[in-house]
Amino acid sequence: MNRATFPHKFLPYLLLLPQLAITVVFFYWPAGQALRQSLLREDAFGLKTQFVGLSNFKRVLADPAYVNSITVTVVFSIATAFISMAVALLLAVQAEKVIRGKTFYRTLLIWPYAVAPAIAGMLWLFLFNPSFGTLAYPLRLMGLNWDPLLNGPQAMTMIIMAASWKQISYNFIFFVAGLQAIPRTLIEAAAIDGATARKRFWTIVFPLLAPTSFFLLVVNTVYALFDTFGIIHAVTGGGPGKTTETLVYKVYNDGFVNLILGDSAAQSVILMVIVIALTAIQFRYIERRVHYG
Amino acid sequence: MIARARSRLFAHLWLILGLIVVAFPIYYVFVASTHSLQTILRPPLPLLPGDQFLANYSEALFGGVGRIGGVGVGTLLLNSTIVALGIAIGKIIISLMSAYAIVFFRFPLRMVFFWIIFITLMLPVEVRILPTYKVMVDLNLIDTYAGLIVPLIASATATLLFRQFFMTIPNELLEAARIDGAGPWRFFKDILLPLSATNIAALFVILFIYGWTQYLWPLLMTNSNSMNTIVIALRKMISFADADTEWHLVMVTCILAIAPPILVVVLMQRWFVKGLVESEK
Repeated sequence: MNRATFPHKFLPYLLLLPQLAITVVFFYWPAGQALRQSLLREDAFGLKTQFVGLSNFKRVLADPAYVNSITVTVVFSIATAFISMAVALLLAVQAEKVIRGKTFYRTLLIWPYAVAPAIAGMLWLFLFNPSFGTLAYPLRLMGLNWDPLLNGPQAMTMIIMAASWKQISYNFIFFVAGLQAIPRTLIEAAAIDGATARKRFWTIVFPLLAPTSFFLLVVNTVYALFDTFGIIHAVTGGGPGKTTETLVYKVYNDGFVNLILGDSAAQSVILMVIVIALTAIQFRYIERRVHYG
Repeated sequence: MIARARSRLFAHLWLILGLIVVAFPIYYVFVASTHSLQTILRPPLPLLPGDQFLANYSEALFGGVGRIGGVGVGTLLLNSTIVALGIAIGKIIISLMSAYAIVFFRFPLRMVFFWIIFITLMLPVEVRILPTYKVMVDLNLIDTYAGLIVPLIASATATLLFRQFFMTIPNELLEAARIDGAGPWRFFKDILLPLSATNIAALFVILFIYGWTQYLWPLLMTNSNSMNTIVIALRKMISFADADTEWHLVMVTCILAIAPPILVVVLMQRWFVKGLVESEK
């Protein structure tokens, strides 16, 4: 379709100016600096900088602490995405079945979306903190030596719980929308042919939800990688030891707290590559959805 | 049909279980905010609200929290409100402007500009923490509202959403408006803006929550406690190692920090769901 337009020549640039100015000053310029820094090495006093090629990257990737944070990030992201999507799917399927109270359930299930990740972390830490957390109390009565502030795997469990909890609402909304788009006739036809509810779910509903699930998988991965910084910063601070130090937390910690510029910049660039890959996957998929409805 | 009724019963049971998991942590913090410090520190905490509601909330609102963070909770709420509104409104305005330029005008480099905006999706704060911080220091924007708001209002998502919507506007509408002598501003104000109202409302809800729940950015941008958003201030108040933390006041602050965005979601639920589902397309 040929779009009808206004003939003005100068006005459109004026309209684009604010967005472009902000984009260049706060996005492109700093990103360019990160790229440049990642190829340089500065001496301890910041007096001399030297071009070192890819040696920052080599050092970062050979650093056991960095490899550790990759492992932590992978475990954390997979667990968070899986738990929050599984719980949300279960709840969305059940919410489709009920007749009475649908709106009531829906309203109450979507509020955690509005809770900041850092606060979600603090809520869970309040419930499970070793000294007076109400839910830590029964754990200790059962003989479990519960102390997420000192025990690595327990700390990890806690931030995974908090991060998944916060994301259930988001996934729930999308699964409900996805379920509503499935034609009822398909499910009824299967029911008439004698398929049980379980069989109907796994052979019809679940495959037809694949586009929604795939989309959510990408979004949840991005969420687990980036938006959960607040949870980790507020709850564990990457510790105990480095057991909950994710890639993003490490960039922040090395660059902003420990001021190791070259390494931090190299880590930033690695993260940039990850984001670009994820965005590309997301948009490729969306392109398909546009074409095939 | 008996099987149907039973499966519905199970559905209710699952949903109630889900509600407990999802809503319980929030409810429980509210319960904690109505008990005295002594009750909170002696587990298990009762499941029902206590009788300290008025005492705790008035203590927190009128100076109590000031003792912990040095700044009253009123200032913190005001900061968060300014930041969240600034980000939401700013993003909507500049995205409307850029989408309008890209869809309704033809000019050299149009698609280049479009891609420049699009690619910002791939440059979240986390991948450029230090250099961005340096820019902010050079521009004297640390500890200012402008510093907390302006860098976050460039938005590829909102621009894409408005672009998508503007492209569905029939050509006839623009042609008719031009025949009637309407210029770009007139067309925008009298035709496009009213048509975009639902999209703007939906986006506003999402962006308000986005602004309110920011963490890394305000953490980097503020040194002085009086410029903290309530989320950051809350983080600074909590110390699990410190026996002196006044937990009852922390709990009140926590409720005050999550109440405004939750209210926005619950009261504007229809826009919220629309905004969420559409802005991710």
